[in-house]
Amino acid sequence: MSNISDFKLFELVEKIKKKDLSSKEVTNAFIERSKKSKKLNSYITENFEDALIKAKQFDEKPDFNKKLPGIPLAVKDLFCTKNIRTTAGSKILENFIPTYESTVTENILNEGGIIIGKLNCDEFAMGSSNETSFFGNVQNPISENLVPGGSSGGSSSALAAKLTPATIGTDTGGSIRQPASFTGTVGLKPTYGSCSRYGIVAFASSLDQAGPMTQNVKDCALMLEVMSSYDDKDSTSVDFKRGPYLKDLNENIKGKKIGIPKQYRVDGMPKEIDELWTKGMKIIEDNGGEIVEINLPNTNYALPTYYIVAPAEASSNLARYDGVKYGFRSKGENLIDMYEKTRSEGFGDEVKRRIMIGTYVLSSGYYDAYYLKAQKVRRLIKNDFDEAYKKVDAILTPSTPSSAFKIGEKTNDPVSMYLNDIFTVPINLAGLPAISIPAGHDKAGYPLGLQVIGKAFDEQNILNIAYSIEKNINFKNNINDWWIN
Amino acid sequence: MDKLSKENKEYLIKRNTNEYEVVIGLEVHAQVLSESKLFSTSPTKFGSEPNTQVSLVDAAFPGMLPVINEFCIKQAIKTGIGLNAKINKKSIFDRKNYFYADLPQGYQISQYKNPIVGEGTVTLDLPNGEKKIGIERLHLEQDAGKSIHDIDPNNTLVDLNRSGVALMEIVSKPDLRSLDEVNSYIKKLRSIMRYLGTCDGNMQEGSLRADVNVSVRKKGSKELGTRCEIKNVNSIKFMQMAIDYEANRQVDVIEEGGSIDQETRLFDTKKNETRSMRSKEDAHDYRYFPDPDLLPLELDENFINDIKKNIPELPDEKKKRFIEKFKLSPYEANILVSDIDTSKYFEEVSKNSDVKLATNWITGELFALLNEKNLEITESPISTKNLAKLINLIKKGTISGKIAKTIFEIMSDGDKDPEKIVEEKGLKQQSDPKELEKIIDKIISENPKNVELYKSGKDKLFGFFVGQVMKSSGGKANPQLVNEILKKKLN
Repeated sequence: MSNISDFKLFELVEKIKKKDLSSKEVTNAFIERSKKSKKLNSYITENFEDALIKAKQFDEKPDFNKKLPGIPLAVKDLFCTKNIRTTAGSKILENFIPTYESTVTENILNEGGIIIGKLNCDEFAMGSSNETSFFGNVQNPISENLVPGGSSGGSSSALAAKLTPATIGTDTGGSIRQPASFTGTVGLKPTYGSCSRYGIVAFASSLDQAGPMTQNVKDCALMLEVMSSYDDKDSTSVDFKRGPYLKDLNENIKGKKIGIPKQYRVDGMPKEIDELWTKGMKIIEDNGGEIVEINLPNTNYALPTYYIVAPAEASSNLARYDGVKYGFRSKGENLIDMYEKTRSEGFGDEVKRRIMIGTYVLSSGYYDAYYLKAQKVRRLIKNDFDEAYKKVDAILTPSTPSSAFKIGEKTNDPVSMYLNDIFTVPINLAGLPAISIPAGHDKAGYPLGLQVIGKAFDEQNILNIAYSIEKNINFKNNINDWWIN
Repeated sequence: MDKLSKENKEYLIKRNTNEYEVVIGLEVHAQVLSESKLFSTSPTKFGSEPNTQVSLVDAAFPGMLPVINEFCIKQAIKTGIGLNAKINKKSIFDRKNYFYADLPQGYQISQYKNPIVGEGTVTLDLPNGEKKIGIERLHLEQDAGKSIHDIDPNNTLVDLNRSGVALMEIVSKPDLRSLDEVNSYIKKLRSIMRYLGTCDGNMQEGSLRADVNVSVRKKGSKELGTRCEIKNVNSIKFMQMAIDYEANRQVDVIEEGGSIDQETRLFDTKKNETRSMRSKEDAHDYRYFPDPDLLPLELDENFINDIKKNIPELPDEKKKRFIEKFKLSPYEANILVSDIDTSKYFEEVSKNSDVKLATNWITGELFALLNEKNLEITESPISTKNLAKLINLIKKGTISGKIAKTIFEIMSDGDKDPEKIVEEKGLKQQSDPKELEKIIDKIISENPKNVELYKSGKDKLFGFFVGQVMKSSGGKANPQLVNEILKKKLN
């Protein structure tokens, strides 16, 4: 008999509905495994006791019409959760307990989900390796001392290690897709405006988007269906028809035109990634899709644009962490002194670096040259996609230019760290949906992902394409539970 | 030196042989009359317990997002229409970044480059005629909370009730030239907004405050001098005092061969002086950028037109109508229209009585009464219904004007019905010629000496006879008739 934690999300939902398993059994299984997995450091806050009570309550009065009936889930610690500490991976929110629930987690709770804990992440989601977290590094279950990606590193780690049957992350420049790629899991960043940002600790408002991280595409469709909703508490939420993503999921991609942007063939990209990409194209063609070469001429400017826009917004979004109202406060001689000490001690280096970049690019005299210019380039990048989508239905690229790297390998080289996001950042700038699915391994045996980028609000299409690739690629994660003690 | 000038004469500052003109522009911050805040659903009631009208959005909790309050947008558009201004179909909310304890977000959401309302005009009614003052723009922004420094000796306390309340910043062109014009401008703005119901204009509660820009230049010069901005002045009197001080200070600097530095100054109401707060070099870099939490505000033509259709008659139109329809003098019309509640009271009274008498009684007796009791017209002890009745009694000749004043006094205590007072106290005017003749005959026969003197040319004694008759009738004799009959009898 296989372990409960080996079941995929959808299987667990079925088993609970058929009463093969109780919520308590399922919840307990993931909690027990989580308890044995402290070495991974995936969790910032455990909510085990409360979760078990909730599971018992569900079993006493089950509602099998829910989409996540009594399903335990651990979530990224960027989502505010009522009465559960929410830190954003930062010292400045070390002891912050919200009195409110983010819309996305509220949606999960409303569908019967149970929060078993809050997962580690880069501080304020700023990072690509989960090494900027105040709560320490996270281990990639693939191999010891390997980063799980970032910023949703706790999420990818916990998911790949089966400490949670599915999870949610946020993606500002790749923070769902890159960690999914590094851990051999599926991660989807929805169209900007699909998932409400209400109650998510903000990093860069015009780029932030919550999304699901799962073991497979089917689970991903189910999670997206639960998470995505129009929300009048978020002015950038878009009121569009959200599909029954799971019901409409199918692998038929006959006649679909899939674009291959030549600009994504970057120098120094490992051979395995190139081969993987070609393999993806072949699968598409074998299944009746058509490969079309496309041009995204401004791709090269995406990263510098992102590293102006995102820090600019972050510098302003993080101004509220000033020690006055909540969170960490340091003693100061006067108000200014208190601000300086609170923010110097409360924020880590990467956050401070981005606040300084953001403050600089918004300063008078520099605004036009940096921020305004970056916004114009952002528009050009979006136009590139609009142009491409006149010819194709979706775009296929690698998710990352490399596989997971060792902890500490890039911490002293922020620019090399930023380059990790080169394939994911343009999609956030254009506000488009994209999914990363595991598609192979490099020679070290580390997973590699492919990214399918869609038209705005066309999540169903990229889910279907991903589903088709997944069926044909037979990816298997090599995880040997090395961390379990 | 000419201090606060009383009439609308030129406001000039004289030093040695030079005359300086004072150029003033105002940035008025008017609190939008609205149940809830600009970007949250918290109530806006003034004077509530500290920190009881604060939502998670107002206190800038993590993950909280602003959502535009449509009513506040409508209020701003209404005000824009009242200022004869251009309504911009697209406007943008920006973030103005700075740190302060009573600014929870670390930025104020305001409109910077693209305000909701563009250029307009306000017409001032000055003693020597009208003057048009240009409006540069009106934009919406959030108010900050309040820092309270004088409750706790060691700490500053913060009250966030005001945090996020909608403000309209109305920026005038530098068109004002005197303290009287400033007075007139603020009153006119206040009047327009009260007519529209977009701001209660209550300066004591801080719903109307202003930053004042002052510069001076030699009379006749076409170029503007360097201006100083005096921050956050909260009464017309203080504005005038601040401007007068500041203009004189600038003239002194120039006369001593110095030059004015562009700077922000504070007005110290206790010392009656302005003090430098920060120079241009130290000016904050607010790092304005469009708020990514809010989409640009795009207004539909129909949305604006619907608001336009429902704009009430404004003071300028009302004044025109009062002059044309009621034949009031511009002066009288001004007094009656400047406050919406006064105009409502007047229209109510005049509709049911006589326009001329209504004008006189409201601007005379009623205003004096309100003044004496320190009441607003909405709190008037005499209802419009009863004042109209009183006026009708005069008009019909039932009572004399003099008796009416006595009745008015009685009415002011509990809004008594004047008809009943006349009835109960027997104050009806004596207008029966026969009855009056009897009284007059009696007076004439009792005063033969005075009759003789009068007939020999002492005309002044006529008043004596009128007085005697009135006295004898208990003040009720119709004075016109008394005059007529007396003249007949004595001549």
